[in-house]
Amino acid sequence: MSTTDGTNTNNDREERMSQVTGKQGNINKDRSAAKHTVATHSLSDVASARRAKIGQPTAGSTGLEARGVHAWFGKKHVLEDISMDFFSGTVTALIGPSGCGKSTFIRILNRMHEFIPTASLAGQVLLDGKDVYEPGVDVTKIRLRVGMVFQKPNPFPSMTIKENVLSGLRLAQIKIENADELLESCLRRAGLWDEVKDRLNEYGGALSGGQQQRLCIARSLAVNPQVLLMDEPCSALDPGSTLRIEETVRELSASMSIVIVTHNMQQAARVSDYTGFFLSDGGPGRLIEIGTTEEIFTNPKQQRTEDYVSGRFG
Amino acid sequence: MSQTLTAVKPSRPWKITPKQVLPDLLGAIFTVAATFAIVAISPLKGKLGFVLTLIFMAIITATAVSWIRRDRKAAMNSTTTVLVYIAAAFVIVPLISVIYEIVKLGSVGFSFGIFTDDMAETSSESPLTEGGLLHAVIGTAYIVTFATLLATPIGILTALYIVEVKGRFAGLVRFFVQAMSGVPSIVAGLFIFAVWMIQLGNAYSGIAGGFALTVLMIPTVARTSEEVLKLIPQDLREAGLALGATQWRTVAMVIIPAARSGLVTAIILGVARVVGETAPLLLTVGGADAINLNPSQGNMSAIPYYVWKNLLIGNENSISRAWLGVFVLMILVLIIFTLARYFSTARGNKK
Repeated sequence: MSTTDGTNTNNDREERMSQVTGKQGNINKDRSAAKHTVATHSLSDVASARRAKIGQPTAGSTGLEARGVHAWFGKKHVLEDISMDFFSGTVTALIGPSGCGKSTFIRILNRMHEFIPTASLAGQVLLDGKDVYEPGVDVTKIRLRVGMVFQKPNPFPSMTIKENVLSGLRLAQIKIENADELLESCLRRAGLWDEVKDRLNEYGGALSGGQQQRLCIARSLAVNPQVLLMDEPCSALDPGSTLRIEETVRELSASMSIVIVTHNMQQAARVSDYTGFFLSDGGPGRLIEIGTTEEIFTNPKQQRTEDYVSGRFG
Repeated sequence: MSQTLTAVKPSRPWKITPKQVLPDLLGAIFTVAATFAIVAISPLKGKLGFVLTLIFMAIITATAVSWIRRDRKAAMNSTTTVLVYIAAAFVIVPLISVIYEIVKLGSVGFSFGIFTDDMAETSSESPLTEGGLLHAVIGTAYIVTFATLLATPIGILTALYIVEVKGRFAGLVRFFVQAMSGVPSIVAGLFIFAVWMIQLGNAYSGIAGGFALTVLMIPTVARTSEEVLKLIPQDLREAGLALGATQWRTVAMVIIPAARSGLVTAIILGVARVVGETAPLLLTVGGADAINLNPSQGNMSAIPYYVWKNLLIGNENSISRAWLGVFVLMILVLIIFTLARYFSTARGNKK
């Protein structure tokens, strides 16, 4: 069992590598083709090659659920009736064209939506069965449990790498007991430790864009969130950094549930267990289809999903 | 491989060569020569006539040279370039001449002895070696420190209210801050005189002067801080809040450190605004010739007040003392600014 697991993961990685690094991919392709008879690298192959962890919510924790969520900016209705489950230990990708409300939706999940002055919403977001929008809920506690990584890397410029990683705890006034241990484990999990272990006291702005983004991921991990929301975390990064972050996402998904918004369907196919397709036809954005990533990319139920994932529009 | 590498020399092809400078130099010589010629034969007289002719000729020559060598677009570019240089000269020349004048006239009586003595036992006619302005330096230090301690938190918190809290009255507060920054300084003095001294029955004191300067300093600090805080990217606020911080923790740990050097500039501008104020102090500190170490009681002097008083006395030595006061004030301000700059950039922000 363990050996097959091992080869599977290896193959996964090769698949993912080949999607990212064109040249190397050809070599890998030949090898994996020989082993697995995967002839081409269409999205559906990528999606099905990876063994998805599907449908076993970790006992006790149902994770995060959205129930009939609507959103408005002023009078403009931007999201209509979105209901989704996010299971613990899985990665859910949200795909869809620009302006269909994906970012708005994940900002609703950790209550960042309310910072836009004209914003309003309806529906429920349940974290472990409790509505996060219920009056009297401590919003800072919600955001501690539902972390967020933004599109643009945004390390705090006035803090060193070390201070950046531990900033979440200091911001939320949580006592840090073994700071060095936590620092190392967060940076390791974000895949950044080896690159920065000798320069922890440099400023975060001195890192490259990809490293900054992984620093931001490490910063989110330090507060030990239950859910991590990622809003197009790789859109400003080069393919190499993207690959590192995707690996990080896969590794993290063992211990938390991850929601990732992406415009890159290859990425959705590579990293996610579930995929939700959002679309807006001029009106509010709707969740057209949600299913396992394999299903969405190989055998979508809706014609519009198939058109989108096969590149016929969008 | 290594041989080819050593054979390559770094060069800067974009650097201007002497050959390229030559036409410009000839143009400049022509401009000056033509100006002399025009002033000599035309009725234009004096320095003003010379400067006006020089400006006119510089524009004509630069435009003509570019037009002949290149084309109409280059000519337009040259014209605007010359205009920009002239505008810069209009700013720099008066400034340098003011500083030159202050140094020339103020350094005459300068010695370290002036920082050890006051004017209590010195008559205005005495030579500059007698007496000093220690009392005025102490007074300015007290008054400006007091004003800074009050105005900095109020000013920055006001800016935070407008930019970060975005409270219901943010627009109104901004309007009042802008209105306050246009208030003539003597009105600030009069306000403190009417409220603090007449209504509340206090006498002249350093604190009263500090209050008056606070009124003037708050709008400068608040407006500059507001502009600085607006420059902090929204990303940083969201990053802080998304980590589960309260708004106050985000502001204190993320926004203010990121804006620190700008906020120090805001305070410096505030100090610069008030340190040379004379009118509000006339009404509030009363003036003195002796050292007064108690800011809460008794008349006090200040450097601008010292300058004003000596200028009014009007004899030769007191006018020299007035210049000396201006000189000392300038040096003090320079020292404060340098220190503030140094400390605001000493840690962090080394991007």
